[in-house]
Amino acid sequence: MLYATPFLAVALTAAAGTIVFGLMGYDGPRAVRDIFVAPLAHPDRWPELLVKAGPLALIATGLSVGFRANVWNIGAEGQYIAGAIAGTGVALATWGLSGAWILPAMCLAGMLGGMAWAAVPAFLRTRFGVSEILTSLMLTYVAVQLLFLLVRGPWKDPEGFNFPQTRMFTPDQTLPAISEGSLIHLGIPIALLVACIAWLLLARTVAGYEVKVVGLAPAAARHGGFSERRTIWLTLLGAGGLAGLAGIFEAAGPFGQLTPQFPGGYGYTAIIVAFLGRLHPVGIILAALVLAVTHVGGELAQTGVGLPQAATGMFQAMLLFFLLATDVLIRFRPVLARPARARAAA
Amino acid sequence: MSTALLVSFAMTVAMASTPILLASLGELVAEKAGVLNLGVEGMMLIGAVTGFAAAALTGSAYLGLLAAMLGGLLTSLIFAALTLGLSANQVATGLALTIFGVGASALIGAPFVGRTIERLGPLLPQALAGHPVLRVLFGYDLLVYLALGLTAVVAWWLRYTRPGLVLRAVGESDTSAHAIGYPVLAVRTGAVAFGGVLAGLAGAYFSLELTPMWADRLTAGRGWIALALVVFASWRPARLLAGAYLFGAVMTFELHAKAAGFALLPPEILAMLPYLATILVLTLISVRPGRVSTAAPACLGKAFSPA
Repeated sequence: MLYATPFLAVALTAAAGTIVFGLMGYDGPRAVRDIFVAPLAHPDRWPELLVKAGPLALIATGLSVGFRANVWNIGAEGQYIAGAIAGTGVALATWGLSGAWILPAMCLAGMLGGMAWAAVPAFLRTRFGVSEILTSLMLTYVAVQLLFLLVRGPWKDPEGFNFPQTRMFTPDQTLPAISEGSLIHLGIPIALLVACIAWLLLARTVAGYEVKVVGLAPAAARHGGFSERRTIWLTLLGAGGLAGLAGIFEAAGPFGQLTPQFPGGYGYTAIIVAFLGRLHPVGIILAALVLAVTHVGGELAQTGVGLPQAATGMFQAMLLFFLLATDVLIRFRPVLARPARARAAA
Repeated sequence: MSTALLVSFAMTVAMASTPILLASLGELVAEKAGVLNLGVEGMMLIGAVTGFAAAALTGSAYLGLLAAMLGGLLTSLIFAALTLGLSANQVATGLALTIFGVGASALIGAPFVGRTIERLGPLLPQALAGHPVLRVLFGYDLLVYLALGLTAVVAWWLRYTRPGLVLRAVGESDTSAHAIGYPVLAVRTGAVAFGGVLAGLAGAYFSLELTPMWADRLTAGRGWIALALVVFASWRPARLLAGAYLFGAVMTFELHAKAAGFALLPPEILAMLPYLATILVLTLISVRPGRVSTAAPACLGKAFSPA
């Protein structure tokens, strides 16, 4: 059941989507087909799927470790933006220089930026007991404004006709494509690799064990001498670092600069990815692909049946609703009525 | 400062505070019953869009308010069905509700972007509010008074009535309340629904009065500030009122500073202020150890399944 319910949730979402979009006056079946199936049916769209799935998997991997420990960092979007800002800072400071060291320096700065942003909720939670849920989210709004401030002010491209955006990064500051002319940049394989490493750390190290115990049985963890404080710092800094890395990958990859359009909601979507992937790295990679499909599919449905862009967000939230709803099947064994109805609906 | 400017400042504070007060009052009741609904922002957005759509279609802002209450109610019932019916994780479900609200409201609102409506407007006849000083007292729309009145009613109801006591019991110890025979899940569903109705109204206040129009993400994170305010108020309605008006003042300051072309701080910094202030305030009230943790309802956020 643990691994069956995500598939059930996807099926239920497709069914409910057909009905809801139909009721709203769109071509329901076609809309759902566009969102869920069409991106997979077009091989020329596959690289785009990977480009979208990479940052989602990276951020969700970090979040999932925290969620396992009951650390509710919901401000990954802010950490993602902070990472992009810090990395871009290095890029602008090294403008005109060249060398292979620049890109790694940017990535390091990105990670540190994300970690710094996540360190605030970690500090406030461990020092004063302030809920990390609210502080991490508030900081997202602050990060967005900071981005606006920078691209409209000190970081505005002096040759950019007064548009609010930074200079384009130089080739030395841009993630290379994995092959000539490909959409897929080096950040994507790195993101997948990092997800696998995170799984190893969680499954095979004492720190990983600690995180799991603190989440599952806080009392036992305290009795065993595991530090809740350390777990909070570890999970928040880890998640912040990965979100920051995803941010600078996105800035130095598809964007190639910072613009006010940079915050695209990956940090929020990654929360859905983490849950759909069962907080497990392999599941998260699959879930990131599913969410990437709905993202690309949402664009197809926009041109195909005129569904507004926002429908994608609603669709993705429905996915999480159905996942949380079907989770009841894991904790309870239903007798007769409920599973029969659930199957009929799917 | 001239009288006119003072009056305008005071009135803007009251109006900026009203949606936060409404939303946080609803959330306070839900949390007092032991349910942490992080979907306030989503319910507010649904309320804002259904209210605006109904007002645009019928031409009546008051019918818009009704629609907003209904929209908020239905959205909160999704949350109740998942967390109370199927005992899903409350934090995750609340987040999903907000993501859902952002998407669904933009989808419903798409045909209404750019349309204008008749705003709610002052409740009392012009004669009462002719003088600027009287206007500070009598010049508001229905919701400003409703929010203040409801705060008093909720404070009294929670403290002095039997159903209020039952609600608090359910939030403090679900198993004991269940053992005595109180319907824990029914009480919680009612509390969540009340929160949904108020969040719907709070959202509609943006689209029907403050900025009478529809735009995506119209409520701009105020739902999260409402959530923080409940913690700030240590789950006490009177403090909620003070906190909401304090935040209203901070936001009005931002607005006036922007309008006056306040040169010292860039507008982006001013826009950060409410969020930074929230973090600061949450920290300050937590400095004395044990304060927040003892004030919070003991069963907040925990699933309960009667068996």
